[in-house]
Amino acid sequence: MSKITLAKGLNAGLRKAMEDDPKVLVMGEDVGKLGGVFRITDGLQKDFGEDRVIDSPLAESGILGTAVGLAMRGYRPVCEIQFDGFVYPAYDQIVSQVAKIHFRSQGKVKMPIVIRIPFGGGIGAVEHHSESPEAQFAHTPGLKVVACSNPVDGYWMIQQAIKCDDPVVFLEPKRQYHADKAELDETRTLADADPLFSSRVVREGTDLTLLAYGPMVKTCLASAEAAAQDGQSIEVIDLRTLSPLDMGPVLASVRKTGRAVVTHEAHVNLGMGSEIAARITEECFYNLEAPVLRVGGFDTPYPPSRIEEEWLPDLDRVLDAVDRSLAY
Amino acid sequence: MSKLGDDATTATRTLRTMWQIRRFEEAVDDLFARGLMHGTMHLSIGQEASATGTCFALRDDDAITSTHRGHGHCIAKGADLERMMAELLAKETGYCRGRGGSMHIADVATGNLGANGIVAGGIPIAAGAGLAYQLQGLDRVVVSFFGDGAANEGAFHEAVNLAAIWKLPVIFLCENNKYGMSFSTEKSFAIENIADRAVGYGIPGVTVDGNDVEAVNEVVAAAVERARNGEGPTLVESVTYRWKGHSKSDKNLYRTKEEISEWRDRDPIIRFERSVVERGVLDQAAIDAVRAQATEDIRTAVRAANAAPDARPDDLLEAVFAPATA
Repeated sequence: MSKITLAKGLNAGLRKAMEDDPKVLVMGEDVGKLGGVFRITDGLQKDFGEDRVIDSPLAESGILGTAVGLAMRGYRPVCEIQFDGFVYPAYDQIVSQVAKIHFRSQGKVKMPIVIRIPFGGGIGAVEHHSESPEAQFAHTPGLKVVACSNPVDGYWMIQQAIKCDDPVVFLEPKRQYHADKAELDETRTLADADPLFSSRVVREGTDLTLLAYGPMVKTCLASAEAAAQDGQSIEVIDLRTLSPLDMGPVLASVRKTGRAVVTHEAHVNLGMGSEIAARITEECFYNLEAPVLRVGGFDTPYPPSRIEEEWLPDLDRVLDAVDRSLAY
Repeated sequence: MSKLGDDATTATRTLRTMWQIRRFEEAVDDLFARGLMHGTMHLSIGQEASATGTCFALRDDDAITSTHRGHGHCIAKGADLERMMAELLAKETGYCRGRGGSMHIADVATGNLGANGIVAGGIPIAAGAGLAYQLQGLDRVVVSFFGDGAANEGAFHEAVNLAAIWKLPVIFLCENNKYGMSFSTEKSFAIENIADRAVGYGIPGVTVDGNDVEAVNEVVAAAVERARNGEGPTLVESVTYRWKGHSKSDKNLYRTKEEISEWRDRDPIIRFERSVVERGVLDQAAIDAVRAQATEDIRTAVRAANAAPDARPDDLLEAVFAPATA
């Protein structure tokens, strides 16, 4: 057992995946000697060489397009997008090529590409460096989208994503990279880990279901803890997978609690919460005691760092929605 | 180095391929006009020498990426005519079970990494395939076909630069057919030759008469040799002309009848025929036989494709993802 951060978990997971399969390549801007802006690929080039940890020029479309060609010839590229907002130059390749080639070729060509994106705010950065673009990818058929929230999941989920034969957009909550440590049991194997495309109840409760992923899991757990002091019993689910959604645990929870609040840093309008609220309403209409509420970022571009704390959904905003739902 | 028209066998093969491309596209044009084919299509009639001269400089285990105007590239790379026609007719026997259509024929097994509906979409993919060959230590090369319009897309710049700095075995084959849909290259470029852009990437750039199948073949063969030797990519500009409109909806409002007629007089196939007859490599009877054979090849393909089962919507969801996932 060792205590690791999310950054260390991802780094160790990448290392393990590269050891296990020589076809796994890491590509991106500054991923080599520098180890990436957030040091997630730290030391990998030193140990696996420049042919497997490839520093690329500033060319996101080129990186993703090159990954497509590599995948066509049997490699499993892991592309690092330096910051969430830098993914847009590659958006064309991701949506027009990566997502469509398996279907277009009717399964003859697989696209085992992982697109790692540090996402979300809270690190005092600015727009293009703090965004949450997940819904745009979850809306695209042919892409799978997951978000890790903690060090141990980071370690397992990155390995599972690399083993997946489909393209996976892998979202990493950047403010969690170096925030908390958790125990990793290295004696476990990938087969013991929860499946990649599964959600998980991370705190049990009976009065209301709080749904979160990525950076909001921590916020929701803290909110549930605070609510417990007022006698409210809140269940928290870490969604983990955004496309496909794993609605089983969510629906089971809402059938029990009768109330749900969906949270994310991304803008509320047409965000993941909209889809999740619609599905809960379709499946649990007669169990609901209140409308499904959404808590998220405001419908503006990401604000300057001085006011991002007001912009980001926090414990107070989550608890306010909890109160509104319980009062309904 | 021997030319494509130097001996009867190679000349016949070259001519048959060019006529197959022409007859294939004429058949496609006809099927669309009669409402028997759906979607859209982009014809390369007039550009047959460019596709043929290029692909004939490749080995079977080399790869290409193609474009929306890609029927000629597929045929010249050795695609099966019946499976191609079936793909265009949305048949289960097509290369992509009829789900790809005219713009997305891919036959990865034979090195055709796919046509592409996104202009410049295939260029970085070619760089990636080239990187794969380099990492695997293989002496294979990749030709990325694209048009003049694609040379103004960002993906072109990113991919050519990547290939240049990593010395990838890629030939960037720009088919300059003078128009990006309606927009002429005179208006869309401030330089005379697109190949001049190579200087900016530190790689060789060559402009060649794209209607001269032998000239194209020689230029590409030299670029291929360079790539195989690990010396990196070359930008080849093959200057040619499409006789037909951009797509089926194009009424040719942006160019004159005289201009089109002038280029039709420079028919790359007739030009090659005249040359091999003058050189005494083939006689007129042999040429007539090749034409008849190519016509029959396409008729057979159309007949067989028509008889094949239609693509069905009931299993449409099947191939969105790979069957077994983590």
